[in-house]
Amino acid sequence: MKKALLALADGTVFEGRALGYEGETVGEVVFNTAMTGYQEVLTDPSYKGQIITMTCPHIGNYGVTPEDMESRRSWAEGFVVLEASRLVSNWRSQQTIQEMLTEAKVVAIEGIDTRALTRHLREHGSQQGIITHLDSDRTRAVGRAKQAPSIIGRDLATEVTCARSYEWTTGSGDWIPATAIEGPVDERPTRWRVVAYDFGIKHNILRRLVDVGCHVTVVPAATSAAEVAALRPDGVFLSNGPGDPEGVPYAVKAVEDLIGRFPIFGICLGHQILCLAFGLKTYKLKFGHHGANHPVMDLRTRKVEITSQNHNFAVQGPGPIREVPKAPPVVETRYGSLSLTHISLNDYSIEGMVCMDHPVFSVQYHPEAAPGPHDASYLFDEFVRLMEKQHA
Amino acid sequence: MPKRTDIQSILMIGSGPIVIGQACEFDYSGTQACKALKAEGYRVILINSNPATIMTDPEMADRTYVEPITVEVVESVIARERPDALLPTMGGQTALNTTMGLVKQGILEKYGVTLIGASAEAIHKAEDREAFKQAMQRIGLRVPKSGTAHSRQEAVDILEMVGFPAIIRPSFTMGGTGGNIAYNREEFEKLIDWALAMSPVSQVLIEESVIGWKEYELEVMRDLKDNVVIVCPIENFDPMGVHTGDSITVAPAMTLTDKEYQRMRDAALRVIREIGVDTGGSNIQFGVNPTNGEMVVIEMNPRVSRSSALASKATGFPIAKIAAKLAVGYTLDEITNDITGVTKASFEPTIDYVVVKIPRFAFQKFKGSDPTLTTQMKSVGEVMAIGRTFKESLQKAIRSLELELNGLVSRFGIDRGVLAEFDRQAAADKLDRVLRNPLPERLWYMADAMRLGLTDKELFETTMVDPWFLAQVRQLIDFERTLVGHAADLGAVLNGELLWDAKELGFSDDRIASLLGCEVTAVTSARMQHPTRRVTYKRVDTCAAEFEAQTPYLYSTYGRECESNPSDRRKVVILGGGPNRIGQGIEFDYCCVHAAISLREEGIDTIMVNCNPETVSTDYDTSDRLYFEPLTQEDVLNLIDREQPIGVVLQFGGQTPLKLALPLSKAGVKILGTSPDAIDLAEDRERFRELLTKLGLQQAESGMARSIDESVQIARKISYPVMVRPSYVLGGRSMQIVYDEAGLLEYMQSAVKASPKHPVLIDKYLADAIEIDADAISDGHTVVVAGIMEHIEEAGVHSGDSACSLPPYTLDKGIVGEIERQMRMLALELGVVGLMNAQFAVKGRTIYVLEVNPRGSRTVPFVSKAIGVPLAKLAMKVMMGKTLKELGFTAAPLPAHFSVKEAVFPFNKFPGVDVLLGPEMKSTGEVMGIDDDFGWAFAKSQAGAGAGLPKTGTAFLSVKESDRPAALEVGKVLNRLGMRIQGTSGTAGYLREHGLSVEVVNKVTEGRPHIVDHIKNGSVALVVNTVRTASAHADSLSIRREALHRGIPYFTTMRGAHAAAMGIEAILKKTLSIRSLQEYHRS
Repeated sequence: MKKALLALADGTVFEGRALGYEGETVGEVVFNTAMTGYQEVLTDPSYKGQIITMTCPHIGNYGVTPEDMESRRSWAEGFVVLEASRLVSNWRSQQTIQEMLTEAKVVAIEGIDTRALTRHLREHGSQQGIITHLDSDRTRAVGRAKQAPSIIGRDLATEVTCARSYEWTTGSGDWIPATAIEGPVDERPTRWRVVAYDFGIKHNILRRLVDVGCHVTVVPAATSAAEVAALRPDGVFLSNGPGDPEGVPYAVKAVEDLIGRFPIFGICLGHQILCLAFGLKTYKLKFGHHGANHPVMDLRTRKVEITSQNHNFAVQGPGPIREVPKAPPVVETRYGSLSLTHISLNDYSIEGMVCMDHPVFSVQYHPEAAPGPHDASYLFDEFVRLMEKQHA
Repeated sequence: MPKRTDIQSILMIGSGPIVIGQACEFDYSGTQACKALKAEGYRVILINSNPATIMTDPEMADRTYVEPITVEVVESVIARERPDALLPTMGGQTALNTTMGLVKQGILEKYGVTLIGASAEAIHKAEDREAFKQAMQRIGLRVPKSGTAHSRQEAVDILEMVGFPAIIRPSFTMGGTGGNIAYNREEFEKLIDWALAMSPVSQVLIEESVIGWKEYELEVMRDLKDNVVIVCPIENFDPMGVHTGDSITVAPAMTLTDKEYQRMRDAALRVIREIGVDTGGSNIQFGVNPTNGEMVVIEMNPRVSRSSALASKATGFPIAKIAAKLAVGYTLDEITNDITGVTKASFEPTIDYVVVKIPRFAFQKFKGSDPTLTTQMKSVGEVMAIGRTFKESLQKAIRSLELELNGLVSRFGIDRGVLAEFDRQAAADKLDRVLRNPLPERLWYMADAMRLGLTDKELFETTMVDPWFLAQVRQLIDFERTLVGHAADLGAVLNGELLWDAKELGFSDDRIASLLGCEVTAVTSARMQHPTRRVTYKRVDTCAAEFEAQTPYLYSTYGRECESNPSDRRKVVILGGGPNRIGQGIEFDYCCVHAAISLREEGIDTIMVNCNPETVSTDYDTSDRLYFEPLTQEDVLNLIDREQPIGVVLQFGGQTPLKLALPLSKAGVKILGTSPDAIDLAEDRERFRELLTKLGLQQAESGMARSIDESVQIARKISYPVMVRPSYVLGGRSMQIVYDEAGLLEYMQSAVKASPKHPVLIDKYLADAIEIDADAISDGHTVVVAGIMEHIEEAGVHSGDSACSLPPYTLDKGIVGEIERQMRMLALELGVVGLMNAQFAVKGRTIYVLEVNPRGSRTVPFVSKAIGVPLAKLAMKVMMGKTLKELGFTAAPLPAHFSVKEAVFPFNKFPGVDVLLGPEMKSTGEVMGIDDDFGWAFAKSQAGAGAGLPKTGTAFLSVKESDRPAALEVGKVLNRLGMRIQGTSGTAGYLREHGLSVEVVNKVTEGRPHIVDHIKNGSVALVVNTVRTASAHADSLSIRREALHRGIPYFTTMRGAHAAAMGIEAILKKTLSIRSLQEYHRS
């Protein structure tokens, strides 16, 4: 089997076997700890600019299913696994992981001690890296890894957003989460016009918005506030997306103009953009949160949600938080008070906020799951309630 | 929420003896729970009849009652201790059923005891098949079509709706006892009767078959704030139709997409909420149709379980410990994850390795048992292995089983290729049969099917094993072929990449050698000589390396980085006992755990090695470092090489580590305590005989036969009856008593193949002798005989199957003193440093030495609890160089009370199998009865074992001729105590002649109504039935089976019957009194 190399900017080199599209690729190397959902991970546009290491040792077991795509294609710069399954076993599957990687031109590597790599990234932080199938020149590979562009300050959303706006009308269908608190959501009439900013939006967000009764117009990342207002939406949704929120100042600007005019719900990058718009700061995490088992506490109810997460940056709180606060910390901003409602129980980073003066809330994690648990699916209902309240 | 302060004392019910379906996983869980609750400052009161448990160690609870787990006894405990709360979810089905009994009789209410963990309503909803079905329908989850029957007629009506094959599940039984699959009407009616009898509430669910569907289990935790987490999804290699306890299982789930998995997770959350398990762990099983993903809920256990123990070991998430904390009011986010030390318990473990569990069976012990795997659990133990891939993990699990299988060894001997003369047709026919019916060996037959060219599609159609798993097995078989193909070029294989490819796939050196046709040493040395590549160790950390692991819980793999990071402190490796099986059970794990505790007290680091997920020894809390590894020479030497301990402890883990004594010692490893040579001396018949002669001790006449002729010669010389067995066995495997030459020839020809390499031992059978078990501890100079146990059953019944009494209840002081003297001589002569066990037979005034084992024995926990001295702990200290004098243990305390150990058998799991006892061990577990009075202690042991002695009613006696005088004695006692006596003609005639009034009852062959009819009608309260010849066995088999079936106490030896009479006398004379171990041993 063809040999391949994975080299990190700090000079660490792993040898493995070539997988996927033959070639060479650079990106920030991160690890994801989810045990299911590699297809959703690969097709999540938030991974633009990144080489993903899966800590789960067997990848590809159940193949690839069109229904499980989280966007129109795979965005990851590269893919690192211990073992990619040659055989696929699942009633819905239509492709192998190898076929999918090759088709999507994702350069990948297998036979890597992914645990050793993960420990390295944990200790030394996520960093630029390269996967090459071209030669076994370690020095050259490390050199290229060092030169690879950092994701800090980069506008990656532009690279993944839609070219023009479109309508989205399909819901989750058979796969609707059974934890949705409001009963049989698929029978709810479509009552709300929502404009969804696509910074790299995952399809499951759109499906979940439809599930709760929204008619969704997806708009490109650079859409101005005026253009959104012209669509006369009942609410605005800010999507997830790749990279650094400071790389998309135009979006921050647009959101500043939307605050107070429409109910807004943000997820992940959308949450960070919102917080920047309110005047908070963001920072880069050492190795990010990428997985489907992250505990987040809703400080209002003290209940814990197991959440799906995928972000490299986080919102800076009012000061260092070293334990679970007794009540949601409140920050005063130029557009009013923000209640920091959600917190990570792993590292106490900020996971969500509600504006006390405007109909705005956001979370750092992924209530649409895909992959991951449905514990936070109620947030889509909260968005609807926010729009209802605004209409009342 | 902080912990509850409205309760101060908590009662926990253990799971009692080890039986199929309920093994030491409940000691693991219960011990964790006891520790957790005590650490929180609660007063813990425990009842468990099983002395071989860590949880019944006096320091684990504040009050420990080693008493029968019955509603009556638990009520006495409650009355005496007045606990504020009862935690019913730690002791398996036994604890749940006992709790429900207490609830129904209003006892908890009467004494104001609060149920914590699960309410009676939740237990009922989860356990009652009908209530569960309705609950599932309420939340919109599909369950297989089914109906509940209380009679055969109702069952037949339901069958109309369900169709064949029909699954039969009795309510409120554990391990699926009484469950089955019926394929036709006749079978159905037979199985229904059995199932109705097995259900304590005579309720049976008849269910639509989802055989062949994929099977999953989710371990769910919930706290009082309704936070819910899934600890681990487990996927079964064997699809629906095989009890999960008998299935090969894999974690994490391998073939579910995220969408499917989340749908299952959603369902699990709704199930636990609907059933209303307030806090703690539950286990929920699902079936998934492989062709369309349709999902059904199969069942739920509202308590910790075998699966939760497995999930705990598989992830590092201590379910029982956390469940105990949740039960007293903590929430998941308030509990720290021990492994990371920084994160919280409210998360879902993610794992970056694959765990494979394989069950271990004991069908060869039960002649006539059906080894087909169905919905009733039949395995007696299990192993778990951790590897980075399924393939590696599977191969590690296979060699952990200790079945002398170093991998996917061919059943047809075609590992290295199929020769031209191989009968392919015969093999194909055999495969067709064995692949369709799940048998314990199915995995190996599947491998053979691949070698013989069956496609995955064909294999899927016959086995329904998921194609992904089939593909994995096939990769191993394909690789084996590659290796064999390169065998001619041995040097290139051993010095090239292929060797490392093999290691990464989990192949043992041994397997590689047998495929290459070379010596295993060649493979090992090639591997060890590589300049840079070595085995690596990775940590189980609950989080796939996202956070640093504080707990060194390790497994081996061939990766790039090793995380073992050994300390330079003084440390000792303890080798555990491997999988539970008959003859090697929890007792050895108990000893290993004590060794670890003892070393810790001495400030020495302990390294535990074991592969049994059910045990306390494999709790990461037990030792300083845990290696979850197969107990093979290769795996053990690898980690010793890495750790460089000052020594290795072998004498506590039973036969498993003992087998490694010589190889380890040859490899230069220091064996602590008794030398390997002394072990060999005691095991080697010839050397041992010389030793006894030297000491002037008596031994039954014996000989060693290397051929059939030789066996006949020897048997004639020493005269029949004789006891025959192969050399080097544990648990009396293949051991038999033969009464004549015909029997001997049959044994020699069919049961064993004697050869110069594997001789057969022939001993004079000492009929009607009293057997003695004795345990001693020696430091090489001082020997303390800690306990002398008189067996209740006569010599000839395996010591592990015999009930016994400490102190002896019929022997005089002179005999006991002489046995003590002999024990001392033996221990000193063998140079024992640590524990020694010996068995003797007393016939008249003569004492025969039967065998000596210079190691920790099965009886160590029992003796420790009987005399209140932790023997294994002391022995470990002695092995580290302390003298008994220094330890202050120079004489064993003479208890004023009697302790009776009774064996517990799995006969109810094997329809049609005879319950007679013999030299081959058959018991899975044991209970202990303690009382000031022998009769009461015996009666408690019987109640603890499941069939309490009657106070009134009819005793049925049918004995062999030579037992008639003894039967007369027993009959007289029972008659005096007011019991009616029945007997078959022969026995009755004799008893009548001697003045006893006896009612004659027909034998089964003498027309109806016969004795079995009487038993069925419930008019018999006690059965005494002894037999001699094989034909008599068959005649009376139905009597013994029926007694077993009905839970009527039965005795198959006269000494047993005599003890029963003493027990009945005692319980009539005096009411039940109970005392805790702490009170018995207050010094």
